[in-house]
Amino acid sequence: MSAESAPALLSVRDLRTWFFTDQGVAKAVDGVSFDVRAGETLGIVGESGCGKTVTSLSVLGLLPQPPARVMEGSSVRLRGEELIGSGERRMRALRGNEISMIFQEPMSSLNPVYKIGGQIAESLRLHRGMDRKAARAEAVRLLAEVGLSEPERRVDEYPHQLSGGMRQRVMIAMALSCEPSLLIADEPTTALDVTVQAQILELLAELRGKFGMAVLLITHDLGVVAEVCDRVVVMYAGQIVETGTVYDIFGEPAHPYTRGLLDSLPSVEDPGKRLDSIPGTVPNPIDWPTGCRFRARCPLATEGCELPQDLVELGEEGRTARCWRAPSLVATGAAT
Amino acid sequence: MTKYLARRLLGAIPLVIGIATIVFFAVNLAPGDPTLRFLAPGMNQEVIEQMRANFGLDQPMHIRYVKWLGAMLTGDFGYSFSHSRPVLAVLRDFVPNTLVLSAVALVVAFVLGVLLGTIQAVRQYSKVDSGLSVVLLFFYSMPSFWLALMLILTLSLFARNVWELPIWFPASGMVSTDYEFLSFGAQLRDRFMHLVLPTLSLALVLTAGIARYMRGSMLEVIRQDYIRTAHAKGLSERVVVFKHALRNALIPIITLVGLYIPVLFSGTVFIEYVFAWPGMGRTIYEAILTRDYPLVMAGSFFFAAMVVVANLIADVLYAIVDPRIRYE
Amino acid sequence: MSSDVGSLVVEHHQGTSRGGRLLSAILPGLPQLLAGRWGVGSAALLTWVGLLWIVVARPSRVASALGGAWDEQLAVGTLVVGLSTAWLWSWRDVAAAHEVKRVGVSVWELAVRAFSKNRTAVAGLLVIVGLYVIALLTPLVAPYDPAFQGDLLRERYVSASAAHPLGTDQFARDVLSRLLYGARISLLIGFVAVSISVTIGTLLGAIAGFLGGIVDGVIMRFVDMVISFPRLVLLITIIALFEPSIFLITAVLGLTLWPGTARIVRGEVLSLREREFVQAATALGFSKTRIILRHLIPNALGPVIVAATLGIGNTIVLEAGLSFLGLGVQPPTPSWGTMVADGRNVLLNAWWLSTFPGLAIVFTVLSFNLVGDGLRDALDPRLRS
Repeated sequence: MSAESAPALLSVRDLRTWFFTDQGVAKAVDGVSFDVRAGETLGIVGESGCGKTVTSLSVLGLLPQPPARVMEGSSVRLRGEELIGSGERRMRALRGNEISMIFQEPMSSLNPVYKIGGQIAESLRLHRGMDRKAARAEAVRLLAEVGLSEPERRVDEYPHQLSGGMRQRVMIAMALSCEPSLLIADEPTTALDVTVQAQILELLAELRGKFGMAVLLITHDLGVVAEVCDRVVVMYAGQIVETGTVYDIFGEPAHPYTRGLLDSLPSVEDPGKRLDSIPGTVPNPIDWPTGCRFRARCPLATEGCELPQDLVELGEEGRTARCWRAPSLVATGAAT
Repeated sequence: MTKYLARRLLGAIPLVIGIATIVFFAVNLAPGDPTLRFLAPGMNQEVIEQMRANFGLDQPMHIRYVKWLGAMLTGDFGYSFSHSRPVLAVLRDFVPNTLVLSAVALVVAFVLGVLLGTIQAVRQYSKVDSGLSVVLLFFYSMPSFWLALMLILTLSLFARNVWELPIWFPASGMVSTDYEFLSFGAQLRDRFMHLVLPTLSLALVLTAGIARYMRGSMLEVIRQDYIRTAHAKGLSERVVVFKHALRNALIPIITLVGLYIPVLFSGTVFIEYVFAWPGMGRTIYEAILTRDYPLVMAGSFFFAAMVVVANLIADVLYAIVDPRIRYE
Repeated sequence: MSSDVGSLVVEHHQGTSRGGRLLSAILPGLPQLLAGRWGVGSAALLTWVGLLWIVVARPSRVASALGGAWDEQLAVGTLVVGLSTAWLWSWRDVAAAHEVKRVGVSVWELAVRAFSKNRTAVAGLLVIVGLYVIALLTPLVAPYDPAFQGDLLRERYVSASAAHPLGTDQFARDVLSRLLYGARISLLIGFVAVSISVTIGTLLGAIAGFLGGIVDGVIMRFVDMVISFPRLVLLITIIALFEPSIFLITAVLGLTLWPGTARIVRGEVLSLREREFVQAATALGFSKTRIILRHLIPNALGPVIVAATLGIGNTIVLEAGLSFLGLGVQPPTPSWGTMVADGRNVLLNAWWLSTFPGLAIVFTVLSFNLVGDGLRDALDPRLRS
């Protein structure tokens, strides 16, 4: 299913979300641009603190605006409609309806004092105007859809009666209840056991195919990315440092950071090999370094890296890297 | 659910008996002889001994204790010296008045406290929040008897005599002296007017405590993941706060209210004293001063039992609000 | 201004010049105030100016107090100690301005620093310290003797005047002076009662939590019973049945407060008990007593301190209440509660008699509550992490 020529469903341009704190201004997201096309799965990858979660929350406007602020000049468009500044009422109409989101911690993401059926029905009654009976029936159907056994019984149960994997399925049911065109999934499997992880990913893939919806997957787990995503965006220090298809990223990583991430994965072929890691730590968002933000940790840093870096196009459409040395490195095969 | 309640009930009984025992021994070990009240000069020793036998004071402590316990369980609380009536009759007269006052004060304190605490949490750091924090801290630091006097001063005495306002509140009693002659509607109004100042005096200090705690609880709940989920579903602020957040934030408040019940009853002693409210608080105070032991013991027992009942109710509410408890 | 050096925080003070030393010698606290350190600066300056004013305005009173009753001598002693402390501290502070200080990062030091940043809490602390100092100095500061009755014909029920800033009562006694002497009673009883309850409560709570089993059961049953009972009724019962005296009141207040502390300590000990350092101590053969005293209790003290501070406020209110009912401090010793009760009959015509003592109670208790809240904020997040 080729989605390259389809128009962008979600179009983010120069998104900057800054946090105004006592210690200073933390520029958590500092000029991020990407597209998500209808039906495709875009993965945003990066270490914790790189700004990927803040990016996803900014799309839905879920950040509390006193400390956080989406700066002027940022643009988030859904099918051409500008979301930034569109007002809370419009955003509320979209949330859970056109754009849904699921989160990392299924154990705490459901309200412990209400039945899960009611929590699913809430979206349906809000966005689809269903009455209680119809919503309940639909909730049962959705629970079956996400693979819960005995949905008739489950619908009246409380979150504490379910396991983590089951709760995540409920979250997915809730998110998909109004058939959104875009699902944002923020680390949906990180808190789950490995076996359950696989099941959830399978479920997501299946539902994605069925509903034809786009998925924006946020994760730090490259294994998940490899399995599910069509295209990938790598973030570091509040910026995008590389974009491309999943094959490009894994086959020929262009940015030293991406390469560092891939190198640090344990290898099936060489099981006894010592794990590489990227030396150093992520810099402080209040005080991003000038020039290339990865410079202090980059094995290929040299003169020229102290200048601010722009995204460099690398041939195919949608293939970029924020490193002035990237084109030469890819060309000479120094990537591997 | 019923098992949970049954367990709670079973645990409460020894508690009540234990408290009654402490009170019994505290009262009976004190110096001072109750029969001294009835002594006239020149009474001969035989009569005194007879009186003491009547009141069972000639028997050793432990026997008296067992007898008393037995009598209490059958509902015989003895005879009140100072009221010249059976203790049970005294209780029947005064207990309902205290219950009315306490219940109304508790409801007012709870509703107002929860409301103010929620407002503070939702508007954290705003002027409303800071302003309320100051005001609430004031009330939290206030002695209830002083608050009572100040309310009387302003809303009763000054309002009537100095500022000559059309509305002022009575400063004592439960009903006016001409109560029997009033129409039904006027009677209701009379009761209400008499209830206002005592209720406020009793409730406002508790309100401050509840509001402060509710603010903290609500702030913590708002940070939870499921609140973020609720927002992500597109629910309005009001629904998120009052449906999703409130119920979770109330859970620790119920425990707090349970802890406040003894404080509430302590407060009734002061309030009933200041407002001449015919209730158990004032009655037990007077009974202690006049060494009316049967009434003291029965009154203490009543308070202890009330606290236990209130805590049981709190446990029930707890189970209703938090489904996780029901399945233990 | 601070910078991180590894795990130690280094603090630099604002420098002050030699002129600062001269200024400090005459008006301690002023250099610090000018340098922007409003808290310590104003505290030192106020102490100096206030205490000096006492000596200057009433030299004869101070002189006669030197040979007077024990509390008068105590007042003079406080005066001397206060003046020297303010002067010496300011002097040394100015002299040390150029040194670079290293401050540690222990739990307590972190808490102290967090507390200092909380302006309302620090203000509350200053008020409390001020109250206790004034209470000690009362024999020198109070304009009248609290039992002194003025002209019963003309000076009864006077509202605020130059001679009597807060008016007089039914016996033509100065309200302000009685207020000051009443403060001594409240502050003393509050402090002692809470000290008693904290000592007993901490010990019993720690024992119950650590030993568990029957000991725990018995102690906690007892705790539950006392907590469930309206404290006031118990207090009234005991005090009315024996004779009210300051000693009895303080003892009973303390003895009815310890269960709350015990419960808190027991909770802390229960959670600490499972921590590795306790298991290590047991494995090393430390006796249970030693573990309880040297390891568990110090770590459980955080919430106890908070509860104790809030408890002093609570106790002051209760003592006032008991006095209000006539079961507290007996006349002629002035107590805020008794003063409120005295004013009750003349509420409309002499409203100041009941109002000012009550306000005094509110402000005192408020200060304790501010400090308690500040302590709770300063201690909790640190201990959690």
